[in-house]
Amino acid sequence: MRRRNFLVAAGAAVLAGCNKVAESAPGARLLSAAERWHKGAHRLLTNREALAPEYPRSAVSPYFRGNGTTDPQEPAYQQHAAESFANWRLEVGGLVETPMSLTLDNLRRLPQRTQVTRHDCVEGWSAIGEWTGPQLSLLLEAAGLREEANYIVFRCADTLNGAVYYESVDRIDAFHPQTIVAHSLNGEPLPIRNGAPLRMRIERQLGYKHAKYLTAIEAVASLEDIGGGEGGYWEDRGYQWYAGI
Amino acid sequence: MKRHALTTRLWHWLNLVFVVILFMSGLTISNAHPRLYWGDWGFAPEQAWLILPRFPDWMTIPGYYSLAVARDWHILAAWPFALLLLGMWVAMLANRHFKRDIATDRKEWRPASIRRDLVAHLRLRFDHGSGKYNFLQKLAYGLVLGVILPMMIFSGIAISPGMEPTFGWLVEGLGGRQSARSLHFIFAFALLGFFIVHVLLVILSGPIRQLSDMLTGGHHEEGPGDAA
Repeated sequence: MRRRNFLVAAGAAVLAGCNKVAESAPGARLLSAAERWHKGAHRLLTNREALAPEYPRSAVSPYFRGNGTTDPQEPAYQQHAAESFANWRLEVGGLVETPMSLTLDNLRRLPQRTQVTRHDCVEGWSAIGEWTGPQLSLLLEAAGLREEANYIVFRCADTLNGAVYYESVDRIDAFHPQTIVAHSLNGEPLPIRNGAPLRMRIERQLGYKHAKYLTAIEAVASLEDIGGGEGGYWEDRGYQWYAGI
Repeated sequence: MKRHALTTRLWHWLNLVFVVILFMSGLTISNAHPRLYWGDWGFAPEQAWLILPRFPDWMTIPGYYSLAVARDWHILAAWPFALLLLGMWVAMLANRHFKRDIATDRKEWRPASIRRDLVAHLRLRFDHGSGKYNFLQKLAYGLVLGVILPMMIFSGIAISPGMEPTFGWLVEGLGGRQSARSLHFIFAFALLGFFIVHVLLVILSGPIRQLSDMLTGGHHEEGPGDAA
């Protein structure tokens, strides 16, 4: 019993020390700097076009786990679901020359990319699925992305704990060949659990980057004035914006 | 001559701090999804080879459940941990600590000699002259420095999706991403096992002198090896 008490005391001492560091201004800066060091190292070591591994069709998981929102309750979304998403629109706007409003049919008629990739959740699990859709770069080039656009923001139809879901990537991940606007999983239209009718695939980052129930793609210069200002729903709740770690 | 070089002492205590932070924040990360799988993928209980218990708050960083904060600590501490290990290896090869004190020769691998060391350990006889490590110590320190600690770093890199486009061979070599994650846990607990035995043996073999030697460097005791 005494040994356990000693361990609890030692644990408490480490915790108290860590809390002190985390609560101090330099400590907090250090903790957020680590994320940038990792991103810097990844970008230094990895070609910006380098691909995440792709698997044969036979490697696909028996079903694809859904996480976060798996059945949006918003009336507008429910209405779309009842219409089998026939009237769904994807807006492409912000810092672009020609804003666009695309139907699912428009997206399906563009050149498609199909990729069997692994999805890694920040919690630790992985699932493999086959995704199909046009590359995001096609849409951005068609709309004429402006020079001053540093980030691409993904707007979503779902809310989680009362806040609207959103995500963002920089130009490097936006123009990555595997970054697609997926409308199909394993050859079928996306199930609601996995983001129907459209979701992003950002294959070199963790699952929370892959925004589901996608309604709009918005090019912006800065993330400061959007949501909590950190670049995404989970980022506003303390998670790393660079989710390749 | 000192019993422990300054680089050894510095690395030893700094490494302890970062390993403790990594382990305790790692337990929070385990709590986020306490199941381990083999191969590339896995997400459901029926695919798991091990389901871990929930680690209580007094063991974890932070002292409440927050995956976001735990990840902050984990990826911060990973930097000094990895760089210090690299530095320790450079120092250890340069000052011949590795060759002199840790590397084993063929004689020491003879079953009779291993048995003798084991028996001496079980009888808690730690007198083996002139500040030299015996076979079991060499094996333990060699495994920690050469296998367990480096494997923590390599399996950690393999879990990072942003590293995989460059280090795909590493992920494949470890048997897929979920295997790499399982190995990350296995080596972490192997390290905990070493830590417990290490502390226990220090306590049994004269903790005051051992601790003060690891802080000040200590002195080589006079022995037959040092006489010449």
